[in-house]
Amino acid sequence: MNDTTPRTIDIVRAGLARRQRAERRFRVYGRLAIALALVFLSFLFFSIVSKGYTAFQQTYVKIDVYIDPAMIDPNNTRDSKVLSAGDYGGVIKQALRDMYPDVTNRRDKRALYGMVSTGAAFQLRDMVINKPALVGTTQSLWVPADDDFDMLAKGHIDRDLPEDDRRLKDNQIGWYDNLVEQGRVDKRFNTTFFTAGDSRDAELSGIWGAATGSFFTLTVTLLLSFPIGVAAAVYLEEFAPQNRLTDIIEVNINNLAAVPSIVFGLLGLAVFINFFGLPRSAPLVGGLVLTLMTLPTIIIASRAALKSVPPSIREAALGIGASKMQTIMFHVLPLAMPGMLTGTIIGMAQALGETAPLLMIGMVAFIVDIPGGVFDPSTVLPVQIYLWADSPERAFVERTSAAIMVLLAFLITMNALAVILRKRFERRW
Amino acid sequence: MNASLLIAILLVLSSVAYYMGRKRAFSVANGSIKNLHSLPTYYGLYTAIWCGIPALVLVAFWSAFENAIITQLVISELPPALIEQGAGHVNLVINDIKNLVHGNIVSGKLEPPIIAAADHYMNLLRISHMALAVIALALAIGGGLFTLNRIRVNQQARNAVEKIITVGLVICSSIAILTTIGIILSVLFESMRFFKSVPITDFIFGLDWSPQMAIRADQVGSSGAFGAIPLVVGTLLISFIAMTVAVPIGLLSAIYLSEYASSHVRAIAKPMLEILAGIPTVVYGFFAALTVAPFIRDTGGLIGLDVASESALAAGLVMGIMIIPFVSSLSDDVINAVPQSLRDGAYGLGATQAETVKKVIFPAALPGIVGGVLLAVSRAIGETMIVVMAAGLSANLTVNPLEAVTTVTVQIVTLLTGDQEFDSPKTLAAFALGLMLFVVTLTLNIIALHVVRKYREQYE
Repeated sequence: MNDTTPRTIDIVRAGLARRQRAERRFRVYGRLAIALALVFLSFLFFSIVSKGYTAFQQTYVKIDVYIDPAMIDPNNTRDSKVLSAGDYGGVIKQALRDMYPDVTNRRDKRALYGMVSTGAAFQLRDMVINKPALVGTTQSLWVPADDDFDMLAKGHIDRDLPEDDRRLKDNQIGWYDNLVEQGRVDKRFNTTFFTAGDSRDAELSGIWGAATGSFFTLTVTLLLSFPIGVAAAVYLEEFAPQNRLTDIIEVNINNLAAVPSIVFGLLGLAVFINFFGLPRSAPLVGGLVLTLMTLPTIIIASRAALKSVPPSIREAALGIGASKMQTIMFHVLPLAMPGMLTGTIIGMAQALGETAPLLMIGMVAFIVDIPGGVFDPSTVLPVQIYLWADSPERAFVERTSAAIMVLLAFLITMNALAVILRKRFERRW
Repeated sequence: MNASLLIAILLVLSSVAYYMGRKRAFSVANGSIKNLHSLPTYYGLYTAIWCGIPALVLVAFWSAFENAIITQLVISELPPALIEQGAGHVNLVINDIKNLVHGNIVSGKLEPPIIAAADHYMNLLRISHMALAVIALALAIGGGLFTLNRIRVNQQARNAVEKIITVGLVICSSIAILTTIGIILSVLFESMRFFKSVPITDFIFGLDWSPQMAIRADQVGSSGAFGAIPLVVGTLLISFIAMTVAVPIGLLSAIYLSEYASSHVRAIAKPMLEILAGIPTVVYGFFAALTVAPFIRDTGGLIGLDVASESALAAGLVMGIMIIPFVSSLSDDVINAVPQSLRDGAYGLGATQAETVKKVIFPAALPGIVGGVLLAVSRAIGETMIVVMAAGLSANLTVNPLEAVTTVTVQIVTLLTGDQEFDSPKTLAAFALGLMLFVVTLTLNIIALHVVRKYREQYE
């Protein structure tokens, strides 16, 4: 042995420290990657919750309204037709003028009227129609404040800004402070947000219309995609002969699962709306498009569920004389059902969050009414979020975030349901 | 009679047919089912199927084509003076007629020919509904009775029912193919119409995108340019930014989770990563537009950079976050598929864990990882909501991530939402873009799936 050539063990030892440093570094990179992903996730949730939690409250203002018979029902008929045509907006304006009699300037008056929502007049009208005896009396009424004042109450409007940069002028803020001193301002749970349809006025807008639209759309999707998906999976997994056609179908399903969702929207527009003449913006068309989109998910999950049923079950059934169809219908399918349902719920959750294809088929229209069926024009929750995100008012930012929270709550519930279903019913053979 | 009532009646009839068929089977068997070929239920089902299915299929087809046929009939009866004013005008008239029929508000004043046509339309509709109801009910009752009368002891009802069910299964599984064909036909057909007015070379190689078309022939200025290059570059830029975020983070977290993490950590971190995948894209879009984009703009402003408020960076970054779980779960699968023997061999030679991962597992898993990354790229290209909400609308031909660019999907959405007329090149351009998107993502998917499959076979 020549002493000048180093022994292998020495080379290894010399490099050991460096190699172990590299090992530790690599481990840190891995941890960092996961931490980064989780930081993104929590940042996303934090930014949405911090922007949106205030939307669950709405500012109300108490005003004393003299329901002037001259403006509502000049001939004292108390007929509901006459009552519903009364000038309630004028009554509310009169009430505001009475509270601040020193406001005489035309522009200031308009600023004053802007303090309460336009919904106040409708609220008063409904009250009077329900109880015509109120005409001629003075009532203390809690009405929703206009969205700008709502934002002021929630601290989203900076009082230190120069007056011209604010949406609310000094005198408006003065009136608001005055109302607060009199105890006429209160924040309450925002029921409108959960019961109303869309509106141009932030304080009158709600998600109920979009939620109903989502419900109808998903119902159509579920009714079509579950049976079709399960049937396709059963055929492909249990009956299909091994030939080219089956191969093509399989490749096809895998590819469809990766086709961009917007392409399905183009299909819906060209085929369902332009060719078959189905109505635009209808949950029916939305449901059809989402069915085609979720089918691959359901088929793939259902096939996995069928595959996991052990062959012994099939053999036993066949052995006591069941036909192949009977074996599958009465023995294999019930055992595979939990897995299929899990896949379906996950597919439905995807469909609930899907936006792009629905934009193509016109579900972006501004729709105030609550849809009553699958043919009525409607919108869905994610599209409503998209529409509100486009609105410049600060109050809509808060409502968008709140709507996102509602949507995420639904999605988390559905996914949790899928997990529970899998845990409770899935059998390991 | 409206369609839903008719369908309800047909369903009731089928269930009646089911019970009658079953009863009939009992009676032909003289009360002892041993004599029968199949269980009585199958005779019932067989009768119900022949009672319900043909009639329901008829209702479906009738309803699908009724509208188009009646409209054609009404158009053919319109006075020639109306038709001579061009196809656009005929469409307007048809719209008026339909609005009139459905009791909606009609544009402009009513002319007697239109009222007459509306009456004609109503009449045809009524006749069509009546005819459908009569024929469908006759078909249902006739089919039911015919089958009922043919029930015999040795009739193979079960085999017949199973054959019909199998046909149903085949139809259901062919819907996947029909969908693909539908996509190809609808996009291709409209694209062909688009390429008639805009040459295909202009579309593929054009450097200018401004899809404003002149509404009138004598209008100046807006001639419309349909060069897709700026859109393609914008799409690739945003996808590239997304991949530079998603690939390292996704890959490293997959490696950490599958090679290093204890099962406890894995049980918590994996579902957390999957939450990222479950968040709807519209939420990411909102996050990108209202949180990330202003943040990047302000930070850029602090260090003296001029960042557009709809910068490609913001959209790409958020899209990258969205794709992280996609990359990580695909890589996780691939890494787990590498046989344990390769790891053991590397450890036996004295390699550290990191060296094993870098020099043995990663090269072994590389084809699968490449496949996964290709799938992720195709997803980034097709992603819509994030870019619609956070990327720009104007087509800048630039690779500067701080500027606003637009993408293929953004343009499809902008061209097709809002008021549209289906014949203008502007709306048809959306379908040409859709065709491009479909072809590109499909190619990527096919390559990726092929690579992944080849890779799997290697270790099975």
